[in-house]
Amino acid sequence: MHVHVKRAGALIAGTLLSAPALAAWTINMSPGATETSNQVFDLHMTILWICVAIGVVVFGVMFWSIFAHRKSKGHQPAHFHENTVVEILWTIIPFAILVIMAIPATATLVDMYDTTEAEVDIKVTGYQWRWRYEYLENPGTEGDPEFGFFSNLATSKDEIYNRMDKEEDYLLDVDNPMVVPVGKKVRLLLTANDVIHSWWVPEFAIKKDAIPGFINEVWFKVDEPGTYRGQCTELCGKDHGFMPVVVEAIPQDEYDQWVADQRETAEKERELTEKDWTLEELVERGERVYASSCAACHGDDGSGGGGFPSLRGTQIVTEDVDAHMDVVINGVSGTAMQAFGTQLSEADLAAVITYERNAWGNNTEEMVTPKEVFDYKNQ
Amino acid sequence: MSAVADTHAQDHHHGPAKGITRWLLTTNHKDIGSMYLIFSFAMFLLGGSMAMVIRAELFQPGLQIVEPEFFNQMTTMHGLIMVFGAVMPAFVGLANWMLPLMVGAPDMALPRMNNWSFWLLPAAFLMLVSTLFMQGGAPNFGWTFYAPLSTTYGPPSTTFFIFAIHIMGVSSIMGAINVIATILNMRAPGMTLMKMPLFVWTWLITAFLLIAVMPVLAGVVTMMLMDINFGTSFFDAAGGGDPVLFQHVFWFFGHPEVYIMILPAFGVVSHIIPAFARKKLFGYASMVYAVGAIALLSFLVWAHHMFTVGIPIFGQLFFMYATMLIAVPTGVKVFNWVATMFRGSMTFEAPMLFSVAFVILFTIGGFSGLMLAIAPADFQYHDTYFVVAHFHYVLVPGAIFGIFAAAYYWLPKWTGTMYDETLAKTHFWLSFVGMNLAFFPMHFLGLAGMPRRIPDYALQFADFNMISSIGAFMFGVTQLLFLFIVVKCARGNGEKASAKPWEGAEGLEWTVPSPAPYHTFATPPEVK
Repeated sequence: MHVHVKRAGALIAGTLLSAPALAAWTINMSPGATETSNQVFDLHMTILWICVAIGVVVFGVMFWSIFAHRKSKGHQPAHFHENTVVEILWTIIPFAILVIMAIPATATLVDMYDTTEAEVDIKVTGYQWRWRYEYLENPGTEGDPEFGFFSNLATSKDEIYNRMDKEEDYLLDVDNPMVVPVGKKVRLLLTANDVIHSWWVPEFAIKKDAIPGFINEVWFKVDEPGTYRGQCTELCGKDHGFMPVVVEAIPQDEYDQWVADQRETAEKERELTEKDWTLEELVERGERVYASSCAACHGDDGSGGGGFPSLRGTQIVTEDVDAHMDVVINGVSGTAMQAFGTQLSEADLAAVITYERNAWGNNTEEMVTPKEVFDYKNQ
Repeated sequence: MSAVADTHAQDHHHGPAKGITRWLLTTNHKDIGSMYLIFSFAMFLLGGSMAMVIRAELFQPGLQIVEPEFFNQMTTMHGLIMVFGAVMPAFVGLANWMLPLMVGAPDMALPRMNNWSFWLLPAAFLMLVSTLFMQGGAPNFGWTFYAPLSTTYGPPSTTFFIFAIHIMGVSSIMGAINVIATILNMRAPGMTLMKMPLFVWTWLITAFLLIAVMPVLAGVVTMMLMDINFGTSFFDAAGGGDPVLFQHVFWFFGHPEVYIMILPAFGVVSHIIPAFARKKLFGYASMVYAVGAIALLSFLVWAHHMFTVGIPIFGQLFFMYATMLIAVPTGVKVFNWVATMFRGSMTFEAPMLFSVAFVILFTIGGFSGLMLAIAPADFQYHDTYFVVAHFHYVLVPGAIFGIFAAAYYWLPKWTGTMYDETLAKTHFWLSFVGMNLAFFPMHFLGLAGMPRRIPDYALQFADFNMISSIGAFMFGVTQLLFLFIVVKCARGNGEKASAKPWEGAEGLEWTVPSPAPYHTFATPPEVK
């Protein structure tokens, strides 16, 4: 009890002390980093000032009445209760203001919807609870995408559960950000694998839903190199608050080098399927895959909880190997268990299955190789 | 207006039955109205305590009190209970009590159905709340329950949630039919449509909205039921269905629904402001037409909730223009209220305080609504705390302050006793400060980029969240004071109220004694 009190005290003191240090009393939208976001910011400020002006007039008359036309001051009520001219005027004037407002809004919207002539195409897929970015060289052709990766939250559980100090980019940091070249029109093709997600970077003024079965398009062009952060903005389940968006904008030459590196990594990944693996290697790799792909639901220690099944000593992970592969690769329809066959490489699938069969006291000593996974998928 | 209450005729009626049967079997509009109001206040406290859990978790960054799964259940249940359990039944309660008194009718047109439509509600909410104790927890997909999160990925309790929604819908539709039948058939001789009090007008239009959209809600949850239990794929893309279809159908219900929650409050305020300004309502006819226009437009704007789902640009433009148009009739109403106050002779008892705050704060909610209507700007606001601020500004100082104003205005009529004015003013000021402290910083949070429905947030949002939580706790605790004031008043602890305790009040309800006898207007009054 005493420890808890102390901890709570430290927590409160920490929060109060760190507050001024952060000085985050931001009260307005940021103009952002793109031409579009600047246009949107201008629209926002225009409509805001229009509202303020109307508010000043209306509330001004009202407060003056409240102060002047009181019974306690002996004010006698007037007897008017209609005036056709005034009533027509205060219908027409707001209408005219709205028309004036609608013109720039329409122009900006038309511009935002023009997704043609993009120079970089990236397919964005929302998963519970991370993003996948796939770089499309020749959209729609065989062998595309050339490479792709998942983007997971990089903030540790210890920070979230207040066991460690929170870093500056708390909840807004990922392991693999989306990388784009500056000065190029980037088009995103958004979809989702399970439920609806929404991809948002405030500084680009882009927010678009990622919907299973649909492909939505948006575009942006960043001029300044830098790191831009956002979050998922459509409730997508338990960890909706824990799937940030990070975009790294870099100069073209660095981008070209990055693309070359990614291609190489993808090639190496494919070679891993052919490699001969030992149990230890697979378990080691599997532990990492488990942490990023499975632990959100099944728990860090495989104990499940919150409606998600435990993997400790459970039949599926200790008995028939084929059944285990089936669940991991094809998912379980009608439940939150996804089909990981399309999300993970053969090496990762083999590793995580092997890990699950040997971790937390499930000491089956059985291993599944990438080759077996490949054969299972293609049987 | 003049009227004669025939007190002699009332002697031939029976009084209320004794014991529990009075409440179970009653067909009396006043008893049923009281039950609706008590029920809605209980739900207000329940939904409010869930909001307290939410604000406690958001008091500072990190996860302290609840896990994300439970947090999502709290946001969902808070929304559902406040919308369907607190605000809607409160207005039905006010309608039950006041409509017959205002139109000079002896009771609602369909008294047995009235009993049934009330008693369905406790059943529905018992079922809804029981999902909290089921395996897998309560619904956790937000009060908007978007598919496929609520279908393929929903908890097992979703089916109970669907059944509860069905029962609430049946209750609402029966209540609406009763309101329409009463208003159209049972008005006192001489009360033409354009002589009806505005609360009657706004409720008539609200009732038509209810009949139009509650079946749409029933339809969408039935499709969910089919998807979950009978293998259909209305909303499952993998089976050829369409997740966006869900949103179209839901918001076709959902947008008129927000007007269902505000129109009766417009009516209430249109009585209270003239009463305490001691001056006739400015622009009665334009008030009626404005409510009609708002109701019609409410069917044409649903997709402004869906600007980010990727509807084609022409759809986007249509819904943007239509939404902006709603500002015109809404503006007319605000101007009329201000013109009513202008050159009046005002006093500021609790009903007036709540009504003035209603006009100011609802207008602020209207302004942020206008901002949200601008589609390109909406991309920045959508699903952030800016939206949370917006709809709490129209619902808390809008719907809920409207209900408080109505309660204080008519409490003397209901109980025969004046409420404690000092306490009521305290209740107002604490609510006013708490509410603004809770919800105004949410505008800033949203603009700074904080998404809604998250249990934990980045560090730059910490300061305003803490202020917001403090305001929310303040607002929450203050509502216990309201309970105390009403109980005190209902026990007859206070000054006796005359038939017309407010100097400037007008209407048939003030021609009957306070408290209103169990049976009123057995002989219809004459309206000239």
